[in-house]
Amino acid sequence: MLFVCAAVSVAVTAGIILTLLMETIGFFRSVSIKEFFADTQWTPLFVNKHYGIWALVSGTVLTSFFAMVTAIPLGLISAIYLSEYSPDRIRKVLKPSLEVLAGIPTVVYGYFALTFVTPLLQKFIPGLAGFNAVSPGIVMGIMITPIVASLSEDAIYSVPLSLREGALALGGSKLRSTFRVVLPTAFSGIAASFILGISRAVGETMIVTIAAGQQPRFTLDPRVPIETMTAYIVQVSLGDTPHGTIEYNTIFAVGMLLFMMTLVFNLIAHFMKRRFLRGVL
Amino acid sequence: MKPRNSVRDTLTGSRIDTGIEKAFKTIGIISLILPLSLLLILLIDTTVDGLPRLSWRFLTSFPSRFPDQAGIFSALVGSVYLIGLTALIAIPLGIGAAIYLEEYAKKNRITSFIEINISNLAGVPSIIYGLLGLGLFVRIMALGRSLIAGAITLSLMLLPMIIMAARESLKTVPQELREAACALGADRWTTIRKVVLPLGLPGILTGIILSLARAIGETAPLITIGALTYVAFLPDSLTSPFTALPIQIFNWVSRPQRGFHANAAAGILVLLIIMLLMNVLAMWLRMRLQKRII
Repeated sequence: MLFVCAAVSVAVTAGIILTLLMETIGFFRSVSIKEFFADTQWTPLFVNKHYGIWALVSGTVLTSFFAMVTAIPLGLISAIYLSEYSPDRIRKVLKPSLEVLAGIPTVVYGYFALTFVTPLLQKFIPGLAGFNAVSPGIVMGIMITPIVASLSEDAIYSVPLSLREGALALGGSKLRSTFRVVLPTAFSGIAASFILGISRAVGETMIVTIAAGQQPRFTLDPRVPIETMTAYIVQVSLGDTPHGTIEYNTIFAVGMLLFMMTLVFNLIAHFMKRRFLRGVL
Repeated sequence: MKPRNSVRDTLTGSRIDTGIEKAFKTIGIISLILPLSLLLILLIDTTVDGLPRLSWRFLTSFPSRFPDQAGIFSALVGSVYLIGLTALIAIPLGIGAAIYLEEYAKKNRITSFIEINISNLAGVPSIIYGLLGLGLFVRIMALGRSLIAGAITLSLMLLPMIIMAARESLKTVPQELREAACALGADRWTTIRKVVLPLGLPGILTGIILSLARAIGETAPLITIGALTYVAFLPDSLTSPFTALPIQIFNWVSRPQRGFHANAAAGILVLLIIMLLMNVLAMWLRMRLQKRII
């Protein structure tokens, strides 16, 4: 009986893969894989239909890029500071309050990006449209910062004290021991936190749906409206798309690609973390 | 270059290092303060926008075409039903799975496969769960775009979180207590029911409430399975269409009129207050139950 409960989780994975696979196969019956990966226009909802996934992928890459540009420095520096420099008392207060950031609903962040951050950025960046990739990217980065910080901090904190003492005994300053000994030792653990952060950014939905726009566009210009893979799924779901149509199939095909991307990131992070733990112990 | 020198060169720096170190500490504090102050700005900004709209009438009115007459009644009720149903489904499944993995499972391939699978599920984006819900529950099981389809989808999404929290909590119950119960002649199930579960309960409950608090803010999977954005009635059965608070907020945010943005901000305030209360409840429960046991 209890085994059944545990087995449910396996059934969920199987369910996800099967549902995605079924509709994706339906999709590729009418659209060739070549068009999917070679075209750069994505217009399944128009009369003149194109199915080039790169238009959506470039949107996802852009917003994730700005998220990581925000989250990696903030998260890593916070982690180093919390683990190596801050007094225990401050660490105990700051770490959980940073976690609050990860608990705010994403629809709230979306509202914040659209109504506060975008108007603010428009004062500094000329030509920034009301919907763009920068603002949701940065806000998403703020949301991901605690994830990067907390996982990197775990990695840095678990570097054995003896290594730090060794570095100090050789005459190193604390700063040098941190950057030349502790961080390289924790490297794969830290890298794992970055990759998990990217995976989060790629799968994040509401912030980009609200603040990045709904215009699939193969571009690397962050100032114009774009559409991410996740935002496309939401856009189609909002309309009442009947089962069996090609539009209905597209969201599963996009979902399949999204699922595989995050799965690969998560697996890489998993193995890097394992390597790190084995190295430390 | 002799290796000894290179080690020394790597580690010992000049006096400039002290300056750099001071600068680094400052940067460290800044990068901690920056996100937190943004959080503060977010809260203040939302309160300024939303507080004037927040009233008893806002809580008890149905959505409307006119921003100043619109309210969140159907969304609020929908969210409460949804979370209640989600809890009913997710809690027994989650605790059951955790007990199995922690107390019964032998260390073999199947167990480690289930474990890897759970940790992978925790990393699946929530919108993918929405697609699962749309394809499997709405379509194949023909539940329609209903409350129950939404609740099942959300509970599957929460499952990995609840299982992991419950396992952590069960791990903290000392092994000696299990052995002591066995020595007194209790069988395994009695031991779990009378000794392990009561001791692990505070942690399990905290984990469950925290994940439910997260579920109440989830938007993407509900949109995907087809929660409606304009509902002027209350759900009256498991299979009736529904809306939820985050969906209503999203609907208002995505309209161009300023009046609806104020409504969205007010809705966000309600949502954040509910989440805050759930977090306080979790903390209070943990403290209270821990006291009683020790």
